Amino acid sequence: MSEKKHARLLRIAAAAVGAAFVAAGLWQGQYEAVLQKAVRICLECIGIG
Amino acid sequence: MPGMHRHRVEEDRVRRHGRLRTAVQLAAAVFFNGYAAGFVKGKIFTGGTKGFCVPVLNCYSCPGALGACPIGALQSLLGGGSRIPFYALGLLMLFGVVCGRLLCGFLCPFGFLQDLLHRIPVKKVQVPKRLDRPLRLVKYIVLVVLVVGLPLLATNTYGIGTPWFCKLLCPAGTLEGGIPLMVLNGSLRALAGTLFRWKVLVLLTVVIACLLIHRFFCRYLCPLGAIYSLFNRFALCRMKLDRTKCVSCGRCESACPMAVDVTRDINGPECIRCGKCAAVCPTDAISHDWPLHSHVESQKSKIHKQT
Repeated sequence: MSEKKHARLLRIAAAAVGAAFVAAGLWQGQYEAVLQKAVRICLECIGIG
Repeated sequence: MPGMHRHRVEEDRVRRHGRLRTAVQLAAAVFFNGYAAGFVKGKIFTGGTKGFCVPVLNCYSCPGALGACPIGALQSLLGGGSRIPFYALGLLMLFGVVCGRLLCGFLCPFGFLQDLLHRIPVKKVQVPKRLDRPLRLVKYIVLVVLVVGLPLLATNTYGIGTPWFCKLLCPAGTLEGGIPLMVLNGSLRALAGTLFRWKVLVLLTVVIACLLIHRFFCRYLCPLGAIYSLFNRFALCRMKLDRTKCVSCGRCESACPMAVDVTRDINGPECIRCGKCAAVCPTDAISHDWPLHSHVESQKSKIHKQT
């Protein structure tokens, strides 16, 4: 298999897995979990907690 | 004289490329941190877009941040009990497969800062290859230990993990979140202690290192760069080298901010697709190989041949 075809297959596979992961994450409520974290000041990030 | 004219044309091309990239980087930094009211009130944005991971290292505690940091999101999902952080991981895979480390080269605000720091005229340090190669692995260790391992395994009595990378290392968090909030918010300022002093020390160390070594943080410490590097070899946005035109002058390698061996490994894991190599190449042997860019270039050459 040529290098270009190999790269193309990897791209398609990674994109498919990525899209599936995003869908799974949304289904599990992970968007809301990230949102709940992101709308509060992250004390560890700013060097307090 | 023809040689002087060609030299001036090349210099103009390099300058034009530099200006364009700086404009894109500045626009991206403003776009990702567009909540201007946050800098006035000393508070962070709490709108719905905060759940969306931006594709770059951008602290979600920055008063202007409109989205979530993907590395912060990974840690919070792992530390919050999600065995597999599907959402953050999936987005990172999609960003990686489309753009690879182009995101580092054009969109990352912390990458932009490093490019600006490198313009300050102090003596630059060339890291010897025998040191450089093993040091490049450190960012993968940071990813595995601080971003994944510790948040997953080192949990408190309630089973909640801590974002260890954000807590101990991330200089973007200190610069974009910690310092602005400390300046603007007196109640937070009163809580600053040893950890804050440690984080400022880390930030200063990284800043000084970036003055001496171009893109020091990207090369050796950034876990997001480590993730995107895994996709670089087959990402959609690539660079292309025409070996029939290459005269091995070495200008591309001298210009490269990531010290990539351009002629040997142009699409390797360390290339941030900044295009500096293409801008300085005297024979146009190097070009971007982006899907739309390639199509536009082939249409241009068709029109040129017809005329």
